[in-house]
Amino acid sequence: MRVTLERSHLLKSLTHVHRVVERRNTIPILSNVLIRTRDGGLQLKATDLDLEALEAVPAMVERPGATTVPAHMFYDIVRKLPDGAQVSLETSGDGGTLAIQSGRSRFSLQMLPESDFPDITVGELSHRFDIKARDLRRLIDKTQFAISNEEIRYYLNGIFLHTVDTPNGRRFRAVATDGHRLARADVPAPAGSEGMPGIIVPRKTVGEIQRLLDEPDADVVVELSEAKIRIATGDVVLTSKLIDGTFPDYGRVIPQGNDKELKVDRAEFAEAVDRVSTISSERGRAVKLTLADGKMTLTVVNPDSGSATEELVVDYEDDPLDIGFNARYLLDITGQLTTETAVFRLADPGSPTLVQDADDGETLYVLMPMRV
Amino acid sequence: MPTETPAPALSDPAPAAPLGVCRDCLTPAPAEGRRCAACGSPRLLRHPELAALSIAHVDCDAFYAAIEKRDDPSLTDKPVIIGGGRRGVVSTCCYIARIEGVRSAMPMFKALKACPNAVVIKPDMEKYARVGREVRQMMLDLTPLVEPLSIDEAFLDLSGTERLHGGIPAVTLARFARRVEREIGITVSVGLAPNKFLAKIASDLDKPRGFTVIGRAEAAAFLAPRPVTTIWGVGAAFSAKLAGDGIRTVGDLQGKSAADLARRYGAMGLRLAKLAHGVDDRKVDPTSKRKSVGAETTFDDDLAALADLRPILRRLSEKVAARLKALHIAGRSVTLKLKTQDFRIVTRSRTLADPTQLADRIFQAADDLLAKEPPGPKYRLIGVQVAELEGDRLADPADLVDPGAARKAAAERAMDSVRAKFGVKAVETGLVFDARRKRER
Repeated sequence: MRVTLERSHLLKSLTHVHRVVERRNTIPILSNVLIRTRDGGLQLKATDLDLEALEAVPAMVERPGATTVPAHMFYDIVRKLPDGAQVSLETSGDGGTLAIQSGRSRFSLQMLPESDFPDITVGELSHRFDIKARDLRRLIDKTQFAISNEEIRYYLNGIFLHTVDTPNGRRFRAVATDGHRLARADVPAPAGSEGMPGIIVPRKTVGEIQRLLDEPDADVVVELSEAKIRIATGDVVLTSKLIDGTFPDYGRVIPQGNDKELKVDRAEFAEAVDRVSTISSERGRAVKLTLADGKMTLTVVNPDSGSATEELVVDYEDDPLDIGFNARYLLDITGQLTTETAVFRLADPGSPTLVQDADDGETLYVLMPMRV
Repeated sequence: MPTETPAPALSDPAPAAPLGVCRDCLTPAPAEGRRCAACGSPRLLRHPELAALSIAHVDCDAFYAAIEKRDDPSLTDKPVIIGGGRRGVVSTCCYIARIEGVRSAMPMFKALKACPNAVVIKPDMEKYARVGREVRQMMLDLTPLVEPLSIDEAFLDLSGTERLHGGIPAVTLARFARRVEREIGITVSVGLAPNKFLAKIASDLDKPRGFTVIGRAEAAAFLAPRPVTTIWGVGAAFSAKLAGDGIRTVGDLQGKSAADLARRYGAMGLRLAKLAHGVDDRKVDPTSKRKSVGAETTFDDDLAALADLRPILRRLSEKVAARLKALHIAGRSVTLKLKTQDFRIVTRSRTLADPTQLADRIFQAADDLLAKEPPGPKYRLIGVQVAELEGDRLADPADLVDPGAARKAAAERAMDSVRAKFGVKAVETGLVFDARRKRER
């Protein structure tokens, strides 16, 4: 193989694909990126056996071929080459090394045969639809923070994507929860998504998809089955296994009868929570909200360091209520809301609380109170 | 001529002359003579720095065995081994058994080979804990600065207690040892030194019923010929590394500069440099908290099948949970421990989203780790441990997705209260009950 290409093109693609490669691998080939000539250009591919990134790069092909080299090292080399440089890649005759040349820099990287490179893309994908990058990105942005890290309930380690019929028509919906909070976001269901299975997209894949969607107007092709999802946009194709599990019936979790309504200036509230939680310990940052007569008092007590309180004028006319929340979770949620006013629907200090934008938009958050 | 007798030197906080005291009658002893002038005992304690030392390490002698002998005088002159089962290990053995070559942590079959006429007693941890608390209370009568290391040993800082106890720490400690013998009926060994490191070494030198003093002046020379493993924190792996660099004894370490050791071994090197010269500035910390709560068991026959291991793991999880609940603490990490047939120890850990003190959660995590172990190897031991401990205020919060969690927690608390009243076997989970029934059939 012998090709020449722009350093900037190569770097952009490597930036995408090298992230899929785990830093530590027990199987050597998984540390490598596959480089092959395809359709008059170059194609890069990386995988961790659960997620695969494939990207086409414009290149001048002098001699077709394919090989694999260590992904992180290759990326670091290309990253350090001067801006605007041309890079030539050439495999040695004995198949042992790849020569990378740019200006006066020459590198020689050990190769592994491309025939050993694993392929996870096989298998039929039953559903296919187009969606705007903006919409897909929104679903991820609004729910990602609530994905669980807990290994025991592995089926919570991703975002649950499915379609649902609502009074406002069919919706494409994302849900994530870690048992403490739950985030739900909707967008109009794209044509072709009807009948799709509910799928759980793993955390790492969610992050990589999110990074790809930097052009809001770009079109994204989504293909999926019960076991896999493929996302194609621009020159990049991501293929990922899905989490093989059943997402809990989250509908039961969303409180219906919470009769106490609190309206609060979102920014003011977030700042106050941030301020008073300064005093709290690293873990278990509980902030107590005392609600009565159009007033909210935020209190944090840390036996080791002291206490803090702050008062806010709020819109609250129901019975007085003391309720505690994890300060970080409150900040996570208020950070996702968009309207000036945040609306809380509360029941009692021990029951899930609903948090929404004032326009009752297409996102919804449920937060479990803490004992305070 | 004044005829008054010289004031008793021992009540003076800083007497100049080298001191001695009889450990039996606590009479000050002159610098010469093999026996106490007052009671004739040969157990005289003498050391030039005796009045200047106040950090002690107290360790009960063959603690479990001593308690059993106290409670059953017919055992007095028999070799006694405390340990579990046909397969377990020796947890404690009396000094008669030690003469025969029995050591603690020795597999039971080896111990019985060395000492076939030994009396083997199953440990009664509750009783030992009770006696341990009595000893602890007597320590606390001496100073509030008691740092327990385990059920039967502790560091004591007796600085500034001379006036209170009317004597230097050495005398106070000798009196304490005598009191434990008379009132509780077991013996202790005491190490007295300028710091914790040396005190701990000292208490081990003259067991049982010992009292050893290591002073500042002789510390370095005393340590020099000893192996590096004498130093706390230097285990098999690190001593192998040191041996690779030609360092085998503490003396070898003393020959190196602190800068050299730090360059080579980092922060550990600095510690080594200090400890090698007998310098240790750790304080006796009575608040020093436990780091983990665990339980483990050795099987009578090696086990491999999940069906056999899981009920045992469940039972151990319940044990750990009970201890966590009693202490009002909870932990964020769960560690599964397995020992294979060839004595290889495997540990697997998991961090939980929230601290827990519930048997169910502990078991779930440990069980999941166990399920992930490749099938095949036979194990001789299984254990579970909860670490990253904190108060139980934030433990086991309500869960959105698992509304049954709160009910399960309530059920477990109900089981706990039934057990508190009617014993552990009064209520059992199906998993444990089933396994027990099969075993008993």
